[in-house]
Amino acid sequence: MELLEIFTSAGIWGAVLRIATPLIFGTLGALICERAGVLNLGIEGIMTFGAMIGWLTVFNGGDLWVGLLAAAAFGALFGLLHAGMTVTLGLSQHVTGLGITLFASSLSYYIFRLAVPLASSPPTIEPFQPLVIPYLSTLPFLGDALFNQTAPTYLAILLAAILAYVLFRTPLGLAVRMTGENPHGAEAQGVNPIAVRIGAVMVGSALMAVGGAFLTLSAFNSFFPTMVQGRGWVCIALVVFASWRPGRALLGALLFALFDAYQLRLQAALGKAVPYQLFLMVPYVLSIIALIVMARRARVPQALMQPYRRGER
Amino acid sequence: MRLERRAHRPLLLVLLAPIIAIVTALVIAGVLIAIAGAPVLEAYRLILTGAFGTRLGFTETLTRATPLMLTGLAAAVAFRARVWNIGAEGQFYLSAIAVAAVAATVFSGWPPYLLIPAALMVGAIAGMIMLLVPLGLRLRFGVDEVVTSLLLNFVVVLFVSMMIEGPLKDPLAFGWPQSIPVGPDAMLPKLIDRTRLHIGLVIAMVIAVLVYFLQSRTVFGMQSRAAGLSPTAAVFSGVPLAKTLIKVACLSGGLAGLAGAIEVMGVKGYVTTDLSPGYGYSGIIVAMLANLHPIGVIAAALFTATMFVGADSMGRALGIPSYIADVTVSLSLLTMLVSIFFTQYRIRR
Repeated sequence: MELLEIFTSAGIWGAVLRIATPLIFGTLGALICERAGVLNLGIEGIMTFGAMIGWLTVFNGGDLWVGLLAAAAFGALFGLLHAGMTVTLGLSQHVTGLGITLFASSLSYYIFRLAVPLASSPPTIEPFQPLVIPYLSTLPFLGDALFNQTAPTYLAILLAAILAYVLFRTPLGLAVRMTGENPHGAEAQGVNPIAVRIGAVMVGSALMAVGGAFLTLSAFNSFFPTMVQGRGWVCIALVVFASWRPGRALLGALLFALFDAYQLRLQAALGKAVPYQLFLMVPYVLSIIALIVMARRARVPQALMQPYRRGER
Repeated sequence: MRLERRAHRPLLLVLLAPIIAIVTALVIAGVLIAIAGAPVLEAYRLILTGAFGTRLGFTETLTRATPLMLTGLAAAVAFRARVWNIGAEGQFYLSAIAVAAVAATVFSGWPPYLLIPAALMVGAIAGMIMLLVPLGLRLRFGVDEVVTSLLLNFVVVLFVSMMIEGPLKDPLAFGWPQSIPVGPDAMLPKLIDRTRLHIGLVIAMVIAVLVYFLQSRTVFGMQSRAAGLSPTAAVFSGVPLAKTLIKVACLSGGLAGLAGAIEVMGVKGYVTTDLSPGYGYSGIIVAMLANLHPIGVIAAALFTATMFVGADSMGRALGIPSYIADVTVSLSLLTMLVSIFFTQYRIRR
């Protein structure tokens, strides 16, 4: 069966990790925010801004890692804006998040157009090269499948492990989870819920922006408007699918990327027999199905989307 | 220093809130224009003359405001009942392609006075269906409709792309991916000859007034408001919650669908995947700037259209990316949220 042979090529497994990387960063970022009780729908715009500012930094002579750092810094800044509005003032998290998405993406396009005048072919940068790991990268099959990635991909996987540890094994993680479950209780325990939420949203937004920057600094080598293409919304769905657990978020992103990599190859194999748009719908439809399957089962942080104001219940 | 809830909201402050928000957004956008090295006041003067200074600019602004009024109303009625309809873009496109599919085929040969209302109805129903899906998922499975309605936008645009490259492709379009035309009989009458301005503007404004009466004078209006303020309290006071939300979704989706139908029958006459420059998303901004008031939506849509049309001509004159319009308008959504907040709260030492 030709359609199943796709899975036996090393290429698809390499592609899975590549496709999953921005989703892992984005999902972990959204997960941190939501664990502290804040839904961050600014993710789509923050990823776009990260993609733009990371690319622009490198285009202007910055190092690739400086590009990632710049993305993280600006991501945190947008996080601060989101937190200022939803945590300090307690405004609607839905509307604020959408506003940040619209603002961050249009600001990205404005800055990009200003810095790079319209050209027939978009200017490019030299992206991250695959990191050669002694012995592992030269293994037959496994080398190509798993150990032929760029550094940020390994970083994303490492990050999931670190986040799982911090969230469930440290006092800081406990404070974040308490704030997301019951901010009044957290305050009684001497935790400042406002500070925890602002911090969580800033860190989470920084990760989202890094996920966006991966697109322009590793997956592709140029920036163009609408390139994030709903990946942020997919991440929001993946957080629910993962029941707000970093390990499952990693698995969810990989599973999702597997479907995506498979549909890309299926598209090539089937050619014109099936309209290509049907394949492109797969990620979005999958996200909706994931939401339906998990919605009732998932354990939502109890104070998600509830603003916390001192002395008000 | 702390925030304290006001005992009552001063009316003057509520009315001033959008103006304060827009001025703040314009000042911040002015900084961005200055960074680009252009004279700020000159830029704003050019935006105004671009949007209103000429016959062409003025009618273009009104043409652009038309779909924004309808998508703005779609968001306003939904948000009032806390149905987070972020799917207006998808509802707009599904409606547009549905109209293109039926206008010159099923309805072919109908006289315009039957054809136009029938096609508008088809568009509105397409929009309704597109919102009943995410609402149904919320009521049945408890899935947040924000994410599903957002994700469905991408699915619908791909579906439209599939249709205009497949069964609904115009064979006479020299290979360009565009739908078969709706035909001259389905085109809305022009308001002013030799411009793009069409009767859709009047339809949108009449609907805004109707929605206002629906919300302020009917049982449905009261129930939808109650559902938005507190779903549990609404249920206890006898509001049929699910039924009310479904009605709200039909109204909201229908309005967004109408926007798509009117745009395709009023302006272009056929569907492409760039029929809407984000009208669905801008509708959210319009609704918030209007503080969800249906009559306010008309004014907010005019402001948004002014920025878009004006920035186009200003951008060409001064070499500023016309994305500055998107930046200003989205910024004004954020500043509006903050200024509305301060009509409810004040800072105390």
